[in-house]
Amino acid sequence: MTTDSQIAVSLKDVTVGYGNKVVFGHLSLEVPAGQFVGIVGPTGSGKTTLLKTILGTSPVFAGEVRLFGQSVERLAPGTLGYVPQLESVDWSFPVTVEQVILMGLYTEARLWPWPSREQRQRVHDLADRLGIHDVLHHHIVNISGGQRQRAFLARALISNPKLLVLDEPTAGVDIKTQHDVMHLLGDLSANGITILLTTHDLNAVASHLPWVMCFNKGLVAQGPPRDIFTPAILNQTYGGDMVIIEYHGHYLIANAAPLHLHNH
Amino acid sequence: MNAFLEPFGYEFFRHSMLASLMVGALCGLIGVYIVLRGMSYIGHGLSHAAFGGAVVGFTLNLNFYVGAGVMGLVAALLINQVTKGGKIKSDAAIGIVTTAFFALGVAIISHARKFTKSFDAALFGNILGVTNDDLLVIAVVTIITMGMVFFMYKPLLFSTFDPDAANVFGIKTGWVQLAFSIILTLAVIGSMNVVGVTMIAATLIMPAVTARMMTDSFSRMLIYSMIIGAITGVGGMYLSYTFNVASGATIVLFGASLFCLVGLIKFIQDKMLLHEHIHNHETLVHTHSHDHHQDHEHTHAELQAEAPPKKTTLT
Repeated sequence: MTTDSQIAVSLKDVTVGYGNKVVFGHLSLEVPAGQFVGIVGPTGSGKTTLLKTILGTSPVFAGEVRLFGQSVERLAPGTLGYVPQLESVDWSFPVTVEQVILMGLYTEARLWPWPSREQRQRVHDLADRLGIHDVLHHHIVNISGGQRQRAFLARALISNPKLLVLDEPTAGVDIKTQHDVMHLLGDLSANGITILLTTHDLNAVASHLPWVMCFNKGLVAQGPPRDIFTPAILNQTYGGDMVIIEYHGHYLIANAAPLHLHNH
Repeated sequence: MNAFLEPFGYEFFRHSMLASLMVGALCGLIGVYIVLRGMSYIGHGLSHAAFGGAVVGFTLNLNFYVGAGVMGLVAALLINQVTKGGKIKSDAAIGIVTTAFFALGVAIISHARKFTKSFDAALFGNILGVTNDDLLVIAVVTIITMGMVFFMYKPLLFSTFDPDAANVFGIKTGWVQLAFSIILTLAVIGSMNVVGVTMIAATLIMPAVTARMMTDSFSRMLIYSMIIGAITGVGGMYLSYTFNVASGATIVLFGASLFCLVGLIKFIQDKMLLHEHIHNHETLVHTHSHDHHQDHEHTHAELQAEAPPKKTTLT
């Protein structure tokens, strides 16, 4: 029997929307603590709204959302880590990488605006681990895409969260950075952090993540990628044909549309 | 030198200089948040709403600051409320709410017809208009604002940079926004009699934008903007006395001149850095001397690896 604290995320009959528009309704799902979950689905399917619901920033019309057995408002500061879509960041804002990471500690009780020596040390240690120590004092626009992703990941990790939520962490970065980010998240998951991310990169999910949720205005299916990435489920999720190729135990997923064109 | 110091012999001038120093620093400080939040015209709008409130207050025999303060605060809170849903952006909300409040003031003036009080000082700023009460109000507002910005530095910075994430990380962004609206309204009302309703937006924006050109660090931007604001206030006020021109206008023109000067220096600095960068690369190619009998090309990366160019910093 699982206890409340063993369930990281629990949604019971949740209906969410904006204004008078419902994005998804009567959704129930659970994510066990320590799970590494990828949420996939087409644009406009409600993936980001689902994340915002879990984070407590979307208006919930009905139902109950609990994290580690508690409502989001009652969670201790630092329990949640969040990495937004990099596209939503104002890159012209005058902050350095170090200042961005320090924001993750802003809810720690400290009256003075400047960080303590211990906080600064924590930032330096984490930056070292993530390979961004050399750019700590750089303005955020003057670093590479991979370093930006790591800077925001560092902000999310600095408070040692139990749940890490990432909105499309592999969007807009090169393939090497995508792999690096996924490996890094895999290492964090191995250390016991529950991770939820949304992505459009089905191949990255297939090769790196143990659990996937297919989402389109509701949960279509969930399970290990090898069970979920089937033509039928992907068609149901995306409304299009997909080709799945197994190569040395790895799955490659491609859009079948070009094949249809070729055959015609 | 005596001619330069001569105006300081007058009490009204000393009052005005002190007021403009505080208003300049105050507007410089608040302006950083306004510019970075992308709501540059909030000061313009709020001062108009506060002006409407001052007129309403006068008809009800209330103190200038009471009428202006209440109306300014209500306008700021309404703007927050209107933009909350996300459908109406802040520039539109500022336009609707503050213009309506200003129109209320105009309607009352036009209806009453006979007004014994002149609102010229509030509209255009007046070097002679700074009373002891004004000084006291400005000093209290400056101290409250600086205290709030100091102790709320972290939540204000986070919710300005990334409000959604700040909320997730446990910052009470709604309260932060409310606190910011209050100090902004106080700053606008405190500054109205010195720079005037029509010029207040520039006093809020110019020091912050000038400071942004000088640094990529948020904390330095706050300090630079405050200093630039104070210099602008004092310099502008002195020029106002010298040339017998409305203080609001001279403060804004002096601020605009500083903005242009810093912009020009930045432009020249960037050109020089670019020139230095190109020159370094040219040197790199010329000093790369070896036998070119072999048919090959050097990539940019290879050249850099052999002799890295001199390190340059943009800020």
